[in-house]
Amino acid sequence: MRSSTVDQITEFAIAAFLWALRIVVVLVVVVGSFLTLSSGRYAWETWSSLIVSGLTNGSVYALIALGYTMVYGILRMINFAHGEIFMGGAFAGYFVGTMFASIGLLSQGPLVVLFAVAVMIVVAAAFSTLLALLVERIAYRPLRNAPRLVPLISAIGASYFLQYTFRGVFGAGIYVYPDVAVLGQRVPIDFLRLRWVDVLVVVAAVVMMTGLYLFVMRTRMGTAIRAVSEDKSTAELMGIDVNRAIVTTFAVGAAMAGAAGVLYALLFDQVFFFTGFVPGIKAFTAAVLGGIGNVPGAMLGGLFLGQVESVGPTLFLDGLNVPAPNQLKDVIAFTLLVLVLVFRPSGILGERVTGQRA
Amino acid sequence: MTNQAVAPVAPDAPVAPAAAVDWRRVVRIGLLGGVVALYVCLVGMVEVFQPRALVTGIITLGQTTMVLVGVGAAYLTIRGQSMDRAGAAAAGALAGAVAGIFPAVLVVIMEVVNLRAMFLHASPGTSAVLTLGLGAAGAWVPIVALTVVGAATGLLLTARADIQRPATAALVALLLAGLFAGLLRPPLLASSVTAGIGRLLFASDGLTIAGAVIAFIAVVGGRIAMRRVSLRSRVAALSPERQRAARPFGLIALILLVVWLPHGVGPFFAQVVAVVVLYILMGFGLNITLGLAGLLDLGFVAFFAVGAYTVGLLTSTAEYGIALWPFWAAVPFAVLLAMAFGAFFGLPILGIRGDYLAIATLGFGEIIRILAGSNLLLPLLGGPRGIINIPKPIEVPPDHLLAGPIQIYYLGLVFALVVAFVAIRLRDSRLGRAWLAIREDEDVAEALGVNLVQTKLLAYMLGAAFAGLGGAVFAGLLGSIFASSFPLFVSINVAALIIVGGMGSIPGVVVGAIFLIGVPELFREFSEYRYLFYGLALIAMMLFRPEGLLPSRIVQRELHVPEPDANGDANLDAIDQDARLSPGATG
Repeated sequence: MRSSTVDQITEFAIAAFLWALRIVVVLVVVVGSFLTLSSGRYAWETWSSLIVSGLTNGSVYALIALGYTMVYGILRMINFAHGEIFMGGAFAGYFVGTMFASIGLLSQGPLVVLFAVAVMIVVAAAFSTLLALLVERIAYRPLRNAPRLVPLISAIGASYFLQYTFRGVFGAGIYVYPDVAVLGQRVPIDFLRLRWVDVLVVVAAVVMMTGLYLFVMRTRMGTAIRAVSEDKSTAELMGIDVNRAIVTTFAVGAAMAGAAGVLYALLFDQVFFFTGFVPGIKAFTAAVLGGIGNVPGAMLGGLFLGQVESVGPTLFLDGLNVPAPNQLKDVIAFTLLVLVLVFRPSGILGERVTGQRA
Repeated sequence: MTNQAVAPVAPDAPVAPAAAVDWRRVVRIGLLGGVVALYVCLVGMVEVFQPRALVTGIITLGQTTMVLVGVGAAYLTIRGQSMDRAGAAAAGALAGAVAGIFPAVLVVIMEVVNLRAMFLHASPGTSAVLTLGLGAAGAWVPIVALTVVGAATGLLLTARADIQRPATAALVALLLAGLFAGLLRPPLLASSVTAGIGRLLFASDGLTIAGAVIAFIAVVGGRIAMRRVSLRSRVAALSPERQRAARPFGLIALILLVVWLPHGVGPFFAQVVAVVVLYILMGFGLNITLGLAGLLDLGFVAFFAVGAYTVGLLTSTAEYGIALWPFWAAVPFAVLLAMAFGAFFGLPILGIRGDYLAIATLGFGEIIRILAGSNLLLPLLGGPRGIINIPKPIEVPPDHLLAGPIQIYYLGLVFALVVAFVAIRLRDSRLGRAWLAIREDEDVAEALGVNLVQTKLLAYMLGAAFAGLGGAVFAGLLGSIFASSFPLFVSINVAALIIVGGMGSIPGVVVGAIFLIGVPELFREFSEYRYLFYGLALIAMMLFRPEGLLPSRIVQRELHVPEPDANGDANLDAIDQDARLSPGATG
């Protein structure tokens, strides 16, 4: 039987290849880390600031990842336009923030600034929700019964449409976020290089994620959403308004993304029409990492990805004498995505059966 | 734009009395049109298209976009409704008027508040287009203009067929001639024989008035004449043997057209058709991966880059060149290396299902792009400085028949034909059947004895090989490659043209490439909005025609059997029972 021999050979080749891949990755990580650490080139100061930036970026990724993971859980669809919803929130926050800056609100004391930032976040969340509901209504809802590639392609279309709408309306230039002096100051702790904005981002993210977790686990609507993602037709038979559950899922995910948009822009001081793309893909990676469809998983995945991407280039690659390792931080993130998809498609916390999807 | 679908209601024909116009519906569509008008203004199309004239001194492209919004609103209002002529005119006028209120309000608001701090195109330029330069005092202009346009559309849609058809055709032709003016003028002026004609028909920014009148009369006359000598009905009237005998002539005409294309209109056009052919070549490649095997590969550009860099490294006479080979010797290596990369990337990820695969491949595309531009590979690939001095496939003096992009066009054409032939033969082979089976249902295919990983891997590697070929041609076309030459857009472009053209369909790829690559390249005014239109096209295709413009027979059958039932439910769920919601859920 010729064909079965061929089958065996390919099977063996694939297994060997995957093992080689595992070994190479482990080698790079272990040897790279060892060499970097043993060279002692970096002081605690450097590492601590890398960890802090990993924590803040990771919080933002986690907030965006929630939207991906909830929508995937309920519709089995990658909402490719989610990154643009995030970018829309950052833009909305920008305009509110500039208005506040022009009336001098952002140069006041900490409480006023906190209030102003809260308003920015709320407006951004509302705008993002509106945007997501429009996209859902126009581009996704008519396709709920279609084969799976169809809504994905529609989502890619929606992503492009939103990006270039923002480009058309606001131009291709980079908008510099209004300067908030208080947030830029250092937190008075000696051994950590920490700014107040970092604290704000992490605290805000934790508060929102806790709120979302309680919403999903404790409220009637949350229960309905979980029921629908478990089994749509049974949920409907139990008298759950499936459509409302889906729309609510989009709205909640978008609100998180919009808020994340403001936080991200406060961290990096800028927003433009392409802002959403890379964080969007990273957040999707985080969602997969944590186990897609799993809300705590998305939070964990986001924080983990943030650390790997922030600490990883220096830790793994610097010791291997790779020049300018920070250029390769996206390579590390995407490699992590591929590795997770290949070796553990259910993610860190994924208890769902992967047979359905893999 | 074709209004052919509308059944014209002849007022003198004994038809059932027209139903009363549903005015609420008219207003609703008018409001929708208004939102679209507002969007078109704010996204900047009105202002950006303004410098180009459709007919010089009469109407600009900026104004045309607003007119088209009015036409669209009136068309939606009247389509499928039974209205008499007066009713249709009134309904069209009302829809246009309601739509026109939005830009009018925008003009007034712009006068009072400085919206420009927020909206880039809420500018005096936009206001000037909308009000014919009158400012806030001219806020009535868009309302009146769209009312007139709506009424005219209503009249046209209810006109007698022998008036409606030629008039519609002439208006469409006028639009096209105006758009193509910038393209057609230079070659006409280049020759002393045709320079007079060129100057008569085209001004520097659009059609001249004389040109517009001539185009209009020519098309109307042509339509009337054509009705007597309709080519299609003549061919249809021939006996089957005669038809078969006539086919070679059609084919020869087509071949002549294709061969003549890059010479006909000028160097810019040659460059554009060369790019279109390049995308057709890549489209044929991705068509195997995506169209036949159903693997959505968003990292196609990675293999394109591998092919281009291989040719660059092997042939370049400048820094980083390692072999100084001729172009032709490097091409097979480019294809093989791309194929090897396909295997390398494909092996781990092909166990992943559909939508995950799209994201994983997207990641690959980005990984390759970042690596190519990184300091890590700088000593090898030149990073942002790139590889320059890549020789042309055929070295000819600059005034030769095959100079510049023209030879790339022919080269790409030949490669594309080869790839198309391979693709067709593969599609009809046992392997092709296995691909189609996987696309439809992996589990069933596996149960029927298809080895999933092998079959998918072959599809992925072949797609990669053809992408490498495309990259090789690309390197020959540009003569230099940089890390920035390989953005994600290339992958998206190729995937989009396949989806718009029709998955798995060879003619679909050609049509998709012409519409998505050729047209935006030709009309530089649109380049700003190119990806906006891509996004719209992708969504619209998925909503209204998921099988694409020119679907392959198989896909068409799948998506349209069984026929939509009386409720108008599209029976897409017949294909994927799993993804099905309970019937009431779509609400």
